[in-house]
Amino acid sequence: MDIELQKVSYSYGVGTPFEKRALFDVDLLIPSGSYQAIIGHTGSGKSTILQHLNALLKPTEGTVRIGSAIIEYKKKPKDLRPVRQKVGIVFQFPEHQLFEETVLKDIMFGPMNFGVDEKEAEERARKMSKLVGLPEEVLEKSPFDLSGGQMRRVAIAGVLAMKPDVIVLDEPTAGLDPRGRKEIMELFYKLYKEQNLTMILVTHSMEDAARYADHIAIMYNGRCVLTGKPLEIFSDATKLAEFRLEVPHIIRFQKRLEARLGFSLPKLCLTEEELAETLAKAVKEREQ
Amino acid sequence: MDEILSLKNIAFTYTPDQPEVKNAVEDVSFTVYEGEWIAIVGHNGSGKSTLARIINGLLFPQQGSVSVLGQPMNEENLWDIRSKMGMVFQNPDNQFVGATVQDDVAFALENNGVPHKEMVKRVHEALAQVKMEDFLDNEPQHLSGGQKQRVAIAGALALRPRILILDEATSMLDPQGRAEVLNTVHKLREETGLTVLSITHDLEEAMLADRLLFMNGGRKFAEGTPQQIFDLGDELVKLGLDLPFPIKMVKLLQQQGVTLEGGYMTEEELVNDIWISNFKK
Repeated sequence: MDIELQKVSYSYGVGTPFEKRALFDVDLLIPSGSYQAIIGHTGSGKSTILQHLNALLKPTEGTVRIGSAIIEYKKKPKDLRPVRQKVGIVFQFPEHQLFEETVLKDIMFGPMNFGVDEKEAEERARKMSKLVGLPEEVLEKSPFDLSGGQMRRVAIAGVLAMKPDVIVLDEPTAGLDPRGRKEIMELFYKLYKEQNLTMILVTHSMEDAARYADHIAIMYNGRCVLTGKPLEIFSDATKLAEFRLEVPHIIRFQKRLEARLGFSLPKLCLTEEELAETLAKAVKEREQ
Repeated sequence: MDEILSLKNIAFTYTPDQPEVKNAVEDVSFTVYEGEWIAIVGHNGSGKSTLARIINGLLFPQQGSVSVLGQPMNEENLWDIRSKMGMVFQNPDNQFVGATVQDDVAFALENNGVPHKEMVKRVHEALAQVKMEDFLDNEPQHLSGGQKQRVAIAGALALRPRILILDEATSMLDPQGRAEVLNTVHKLREETGLTVLSITHDLEEAMLADRLLFMNGGRKFAEGTPQQIFDLGDELVKLGLDLPFPIKMVKLLQQQGVTLEGGYMTEEELVNDIWISNFKK
């Protein structure tokens, strides 16, 4: 399911003295099956965009197309339920939204809310909790007795149980420890690969964008100022600095290393593993 | 060196009626001396946050004792003891009460009955210390994450605490906000010799500390300088923490068959090592 934003503008509090424009003429196409990262400094409009992706906000100007559903300011949308079921949002700190008595019930809530019967919802809940790595024995526990990392998995399983086609992630690893961060990001990548989902990652981690996304859009002052593949985006540090962003740490390190070595490696590397491999090859070639 | 905070054989469980459930904190002892920066590190669920709540008296341990400035903490002296500890929490939005920045910083002072004239002085001083003196009348909710946390630090400093406790105070911030807050704490220590205890899983924050306590499964797993702790290498990774970039990179390169000396924590040394061991011939 493609999502397309055409000339989207959005203002908060239209018609009040507090009216504040948050988005200006944003064009963005997110094709079905892609892994799109949306990056930007705090206050750049990332979160406002995010809320347009499943019609939580309607654009004050322009059009948002989610699959076949058209969302416009003047148009009264018929029924947004299918849209909301197809686009699952994992909000920042999703564990704050847990509320049920048991983990199992919490995961079942979403699908049942969309009309799935209890038996099917439970089946999905069990399957999804396994998929996100929750041990069987926590299903009957209160979600509030779990650790922060586990609570987050419960919340994610709840979104997956609705069987969305698109998953929107809003800073999914904030507050997690390094292992939890890696596990969650790898989990989403696996889902993306195996279940053929469309992933939209809203983040300020350049490292995550570089490692996982195949397309990146940069937001700055409410505008979408740059789009491209990670290598294109991250090869121009000066340009990124204009948007108050930095290139990923690994690229800064590669530049520093190249300055010391006095020559450039054959390619720019986006991950630590890639740099290790490229550098090893350069060492071997030199020895021959 | 004066002892600021000391924990002795602390054990705590959230479910005292269920003896089969493992304690959230088990037999933890450590001491923080004046002027030190101590970081408590560990993965989610390692007992860090429970420990933080025990330190500031939100939870009382079933075993062991907490002493602040040599005084064992109990329900009678709790409020007095808390005024010696400035706490900054994780979520900057959950700790604002004032309508303006200066009101907010003044809140705890007012609560503690500080006279108005003294209060004004302390508010200005505290905000100057975190470089937020230009924001006196701003509304806290319109500040960036890093600015909010700096105001929260000012609120803690205004009480003239003997120790500043940062409970994952940077984990919700963007990289720039995190750098702002860490620089502020670093400067404060240079200028005033403030004692700091930070609870964190951010490596950069941990590496700034003089001493690290590494928590795992509710117990103190290791204690030492950042170098000593990061020398544990793979063990850290197994227990949920990351390694500093240079150590990680050396490992990856050695796996690829690149000869390196290793054993350092800065990027500069890594760059030099790669150059000297492989290219400078």
